[in-house]
Amino acid sequence: MTNNFVFEPDLAAKTIHLVREFNAPIEKVWKAWTEADLLDKWVGPKPWKAVTKIMDFTVGGIWLYAMVGPEGRQQWVYAEYTAIEHGSAFSSTGMFCDGEGNPILDGPKTYKDTKFFSIEGNRTKVDMMITFEEESTIRMFVEGGFKEGTMASNKQLDELLASE
Amino acid sequence: MRRDVFQAIADPTRRAILSLLVLGAMTPNALAAHFDSKRQTISKHIQILTECEVLVQKKTGREIYYHFNPQKMKEIDIWLERFRKMWEDRFDQLDALLEDL
Repeated sequence: MTNNFVFEPDLAAKTIHLVREFNAPIEKVWKAWTEADLLDKWVGPKPWKAVTKIMDFTVGGIWLYAMVGPEGRQQWVYAEYTAIEHGSAFSSTGMFCDGEGNPILDGPKTYKDTKFFSIEGNRTKVDMMITFEEESTIRMFVEGGFKEGTMASNKQLDELLASE
Repeated sequence: MRRDVFQAIADPTRRAILSLLVLGAMTPNALAAHFDSKRQTISKHIQILTECEVLVQKKTGREIYYHFNPQKMKEIDIWLERFRKMWEDRFDQLDALLEDL
C-alpha cells in the first residue's frame, strides 16, 4: 500500500512541506506523535535513540529529548508547544540547545505545524509544515550526527530486506 | 549578521539577479540596467548575495564581473536530501510501531 510521501521544500519561503499516510486510525497516530514513550520509539533514526527527559504536552509545555548515539554521543532537542487542537493538530517551536539541554532562546528557531486527518480505510494522513529561520537550523538536523545514523539505518533496512 | 543561502533567495530582486547570472557573468552596470530600482539598491543586493557566497566577483581587465556560484546552491540540495531521508526513516519506524499498537 502506498504511503503517499511528500517532501516539498520551498527555499524562498523557508518552508518544507511533508505529507505521509499511515495505515492506522487517527487516534493511534495522534498518540504516537504526542506521548513520550511512543515518540522515543520512532524519532531516533537508528542507531540513534531518542530518550525523552521532559514531556509536557500542553500549550506552553515542552518536549526535551536527547538523541543518543552508539558511542554515547548525545544531542539535545528542544520543542515548545504553542498550540494544540486535541486529536487533530498541534504547533511547536524548536530551538537549539546547549550541552545541558537548555534552549538557546535567541538562537534560530524552527516552527512546525502538524495536522492529522482521518482518511478512507481507517487510515491517517499527517501533514506537516516546517518553517525555519536559517540555513543553520536545517544543518543542525543533518550534521548533528544523524547523518551517520541514517546511513546505518539504510544498511539495517537492506539487511532486513535481504533476510526476508 | 549571519548570511546564508536562504537569505540570498528570500528576496524577489535577489532571485531575479541570480536567475540573470545563471545565464552568464555580468558587470554591476549591466545587471543594474535590468532593474528599475536605484543602482544603490541593486548594489546592496549584490553585496548580500556575495556575502552569502552565491555570487563570486572576478576581475576581467578593468571590469568586475559577478558569477553565479552553483556549488553553494548544491550544498542546500545535499542538506535537503539528508533531511528528507531522515524523515523517511522516521516514518518507516513509525509504521512499524503503529502495527504493534
